[in-house]
Amino acid sequence: MTLVRISDDALARALGADELADAFAGKGCEVHRVSSWGMHWLEPLVEIGGIGWGRVTSEDVDDILAGAGDEICIGPIEAHPFIARQQRLTFARAGKTRPTSLEDYEATGGWQGLMRARQIGGEAIVEEVTRSGLRGRGGAGFPAGIKWKTVASTPGEQKYVVCNADEGDSGTFADRMVMEGDPFQLIEGMAIAGEAVGADQGYIYVRSEYPDAIRKLDEALAKCAHIIAPFRCEVRVGAGAYVCGEETSLLNSLEGKRGEVRAKPPLPAIEGLFGKPTVVNNVLTLAAVPHILTEGGASLYDSLGIERSKGTMPIQLAGNIRRGGLFETAFGVTLRELVEDIGGGTESGRPVKAVQVGGPLGAYIHPDQFCIRFDYEEYTAADALIGHGGITVFDDSADMGAMARFAMEFCAAESCGKCTPCRIGAVRGVEVIDRIRAGGRTPDPVERMPVMHNAPRHGRSQEQEIALLTDLCETMKFGSLCALGGFTPYPVMSALKHWPEDFVGPAEPQAEAAE
Amino acid sequence: MSTKSEKIGEIIAHHHGREGPLLPILHDVQAEFGCVDEDAEVLIAKGLNLSRADVHGVVSFYHDFSDKADGRPVVQVCRAEACKARGVEALMAGAQAAAGERVKLHTVYCLGLCSAGPAARVGDKLHARLDGPALEKIIETVS
Repeated sequence: MTLVRISDDALARALGADELADAFAGKGCEVHRVSSWGMHWLEPLVEIGGIGWGRVTSEDVDDILAGAGDEICIGPIEAHPFIARQQRLTFARAGKTRPTSLEDYEATGGWQGLMRARQIGGEAIVEEVTRSGLRGRGGAGFPAGIKWKTVASTPGEQKYVVCNADEGDSGTFADRMVMEGDPFQLIEGMAIAGEAVGADQGYIYVRSEYPDAIRKLDEALAKCAHIIAPFRCEVRVGAGAYVCGEETSLLNSLEGKRGEVRAKPPLPAIEGLFGKPTVVNNVLTLAAVPHILTEGGASLYDSLGIERSKGTMPIQLAGNIRRGGLFETAFGVTLRELVEDIGGGTESGRPVKAVQVGGPLGAYIHPDQFCIRFDYEEYTAADALIGHGGITVFDDSADMGAMARFAMEFCAAESCGKCTPCRIGAVRGVEVIDRIRAGGRTPDPVERMPVMHNAPRHGRSQEQEIALLTDLCETMKFGSLCALGGFTPYPVMSALKHWPEDFVGPAEPQAEAAE
Repeated sequence: MSTKSEKIGEIIAHHHGREGPLLPILHDVQAEFGCVDEDAEVLIAKGLNLSRADVHGVVSFYHDFSDKADGRPVVQVCRAEACKARGVEALMAGAQAAAGERVKLHTVYCLGLCSAGPAARVGDKLHARLDGPALEKIIETVS
């Protein structure tokens, strides 16, 4: 019987993978629903004996089984340039195993990290994670080993491991792919973290927009409860608040409160969930741990990457890009390689206008800056951020003024409301950008009243409005409690800096009439 | 009313003993009744020994909970950056026209299908690589 592999990743299913799997099963094939290779532009992708067919529809089924279908055949998948160029550690099983099959997981080296972790004990685990150079993959890039050490050395009877799976950033989907494609790896990473810091309870906080991930994690947790015991783990579902991806807001949400950000200190490592010492790590951070804990894993991880950015990063190619998908590689790759060589430029075939790296709070990068290397410090120096490794490509039809406005609008909609720069600044930001695009503003009737001594007598010009926006962004950047308000200025100011022509409105404002 | 309070009582009892049970309870109530209204808030507050203000604060904070049931079918359309880059905005006028008053179009920020947008979601069924006619067909056939 022919063995056919088709992904059951949410993206493949959204493109008809389920119907395709049924069609192959109907022809008497054995169908394995595996994780996705990450070649999203080819989904639904069908694999038979290592050979792949891309963008398959039900009409192609007979052709493929008859040995035809050459026009959609991509040859051996592992040799495809998109896959062959990658260095996959976190996504080593992608495309190869059935996500919730314990058998497949064990056969591909699963649980070895946990077994070894239990032998070497907490202190040595923390030491290895520190030595590997693993940094938090959620965006802040804080060294994971140091965070774990803080939790381990804080006294407390009850400690927690919390996985931040509230992947709300547009242009990112690596967390989703880990949870849907390799849930045991994430759970193993959490169990190792528990072993390292002395926590016996874990929570995975998944956003409600990811129903497939929730279902698979629940299934995986039920299957492996006896393996990770005495560590226990539970999935908690978010409720549509973007800000809950911020760790303290996430902890409040887990506790059953409004997802408002907490002031730091105290750090969650010392007073986290229910006031107890808590490890909060992103999905990708925890999923990298099982590999690091295998024999020699830490040294290998440390040998990859550049400067202080060690190991590999699953980079997500999204937006208007010809070859979108998941590309895991060592740090140091340039943006030009990612967008042009690997991604193949825009899908629309038009020139690339801008690339947003790091989700809605990341800076828009101009093609002139494409030599920038993927590295935490190099991005920070360029007034940009890596964030969660999402890359969203825009072609020349994009209106960057509108995108800057959207960044402020998004911040206003998703602000938790706790701190003023974010809550009010974002609303004012939308208004200022509207005025800039309208060419400035004239005083309204109230401002023109004689009693309004302090109101400006003349309308603000576009330059003055831009100065106001710059000032507002400075305030948000330095005055906000968390990254939502603090980083919204990145997309706004980068758009203004590189594409000022998109902010140009009609004429200068009419001179104020009454005086 | 009595059946409603019984059902909510069951939901609360089901989550009894969990740490931080409020969000799971609210999810179940929202799924059961299509909203978390005033009556439900009072019952949940009583069941968890919270004030109604505490519960209302949480209900009103999250986008997933609503205080009034909307009987219309819902189509979620992603309008975040990656889908904008792939042209979702140009589809919205047609989608609105197709939806009319019958279907509720709900904007979401990211369904995680960013390499294959525009994307939409109906219940737990996802759709990607949508163009105008495909999106309108989803809206017209949703029930």
